[in-house]
Amino acid sequence: MKDFSIKWRIIKNNIFKISIIGISLISIIPLFLILFFIFQKGIASINLNFFIAGTKPTGEIGGGIANALIGTVILVLIAFAIAVPFGVITGIYLSDNKKSKLASWVRWAVELIQGVPSIVLGLIGYAWLVLPLSKLTGGKISFSALAGGLTLSIMMLPSIIKSTEETLKLIPHSLKESALALGVPYYKTMLFVILPAGLSGIITGILLGVARIAGETAPLLFTAFGNYYMNVNILKPIDSMPLLIFNYATSPYEDLHNIAWGASFVLVSFVLLLNIFARLVVKRWKVQF
Amino acid sequence: MENQYLNSGDKNIGVEKSTPNILHKKNWKLKEKIFKIVLLFAGVTILLIIGGIILSLLFSSIPSLKKFGFSFIIGNEWDPVNEKYGALPFLIGTAMTGFLALLISLPFSFSISILLGEYFKKGLLSSFIKTMTELLAGIPSVIYGFWGLFFVVPIIRNVEMIFGAIPYGVGILTASIVLGIMIIPYSASIGREVLELVPNDLKEAAYSLGATRYEVIKTVSIPYSISGIIAGIILSLGRALGETMAVTMLIGNMNSIPENIFAPGQTIASIIANQFNEANNELHISAMIELGLLLLVMSAIINFLGKYIIKKLSVEG
Repeated sequence: MKDFSIKWRIIKNNIFKISIIGISLISIIPLFLILFFIFQKGIASINLNFFIAGTKPTGEIGGGIANALIGTVILVLIAFAIAVPFGVITGIYLSDNKKSKLASWVRWAVELIQGVPSIVLGLIGYAWLVLPLSKLTGGKISFSALAGGLTLSIMMLPSIIKSTEETLKLIPHSLKESALALGVPYYKTMLFVILPAGLSGIITGILLGVARIAGETAPLLFTAFGNYYMNVNILKPIDSMPLLIFNYATSPYEDLHNIAWGASFVLVSFVLLLNIFARLVVKRWKVQF
Repeated sequence: MENQYLNSGDKNIGVEKSTPNILHKKNWKLKEKIFKIVLLFAGVTILLIIGGIILSLLFSSIPSLKKFGFSFIIGNEWDPVNEKYGALPFLIGTAMTGFLALLISLPFSFSISILLGEYFKKGLLSSFIKTMTELLAGIPSVIYGFWGLFFVVPIIRNVEMIFGAIPYGVGILTASIVLGIMIIPYSASIGREVLELVPNDLKEAAYSLGATRYEVIKTVSIPYSISGIIAGIILSLGRALGETMAVTMLIGNMNSIPENIFAPGQTIASIIANQFNEANNELHISAMIELGLLLLVMSAIINFLGKYIIKKLSVEG
């Protein structure tokens, strides 16, 4: 027989609440474990030389991550330069055409692109840029930073488009109407009135997008490929932090592991700080209506 | 512009002002048009990108599609040397890791969604858990893999020794555990959003009848949002299927059907990551790209399904 006494119901209620809180707290333990691991192992290999020296050939002690650091910066810059203008413009288009058939198709396309697994995007980067360029130049140009950056930019697009669209949707119609009533041309209204009002949301989307692609490895495996030497030529293979971590972590050498821990420390600090910063931007710069 | 006219002196101001004004108006219409065209162009380009992705995958996998046809999916042998390509071991590996990861993450993501969507919508504990799960989501996949290699693998190795299994350390279970941790933030955030859609008057009605909070959650909130919760689970599965780096580092990379959850295996994503750069003949590359196409179709269907359910729920709610 079921016990419906009030005492038992209250006890059940409390047990449920405590276990919900308990399990929730347990599930963030991995975060601390990862951070602790990376901090403990990574901090030891970090010094000035670590940042300015390139990677050494296998077997030699020492070496740093300078080529990977510069490679990541270049890759992110390329992706940024392609994805930000393109993504913001598409976001304006979507927020402008709320009901058109084409826009709803585009919205589904954005969802689809967001759902494309990162490794498949790597294949796409290979098929679109690496292979044609290599055929065109007789193999002189194959894997390149350009291909890597382009692949990352496709990955970054959905978050920029969505955040732009969502933010612009929230801006009151009266603002647009006031600008138009003053005789401001439509494109100026959009670019100089509506866009600045939604800037905080858009910047957040961009920062989160950068944080996401800075740590991506899979799309770079067949595009940027990795490079043990310093390279700033965007038509040559280039190294990146996640690629370096992947290659070193799966190698059997202890000192390569140490470099990988140091690189992980740098990468995770960068990505997490960017994440936190992006959220602060929302809070601080939000225009209130 | 304005300053220029002011500084140009006081003679002929009217003339100078009127000419540019007309020009300005013409320009203005042209710019307006260009602006609209640029917007449209950007939208269309997005359609072209996704269309291009699907078409070029399809096009590049023609050699393999022609040669193997349907047997590509049911063949259980993957042997590049003898040009035999069957994807069944990877399909099974992908399904095993995906579902196992889901199973592992479920109690945790469920608790977090209830905590944030019901108990603590605001306040210190809520923002703490929220921030922490967001940071968990922000950690790159390759870092999860690296950490898994040095933290989870030794633990699993000890467990395997206790059970008398071969102590590989790496394998389906190891990959699933780390994958499960990785998808907690994702499914938790969907769960929270769905629970927040439950109308307050329904819950208040239950409270006014004397129900405890547990009873309200069990009999009102969860039944009301069950389709959304299922959608969240479906979407997390989609996320888990496409995850590459951590799985590649932890699954052991063996191209055969895994016998049990301790055995090493291979997922679709991990075989592509492992072998694509070594593939040097057309058929091998084409078979790889067909695997990619398969993965894309699977995750697209799953994503579509999940998002469709959620969209329907939020329109009704």
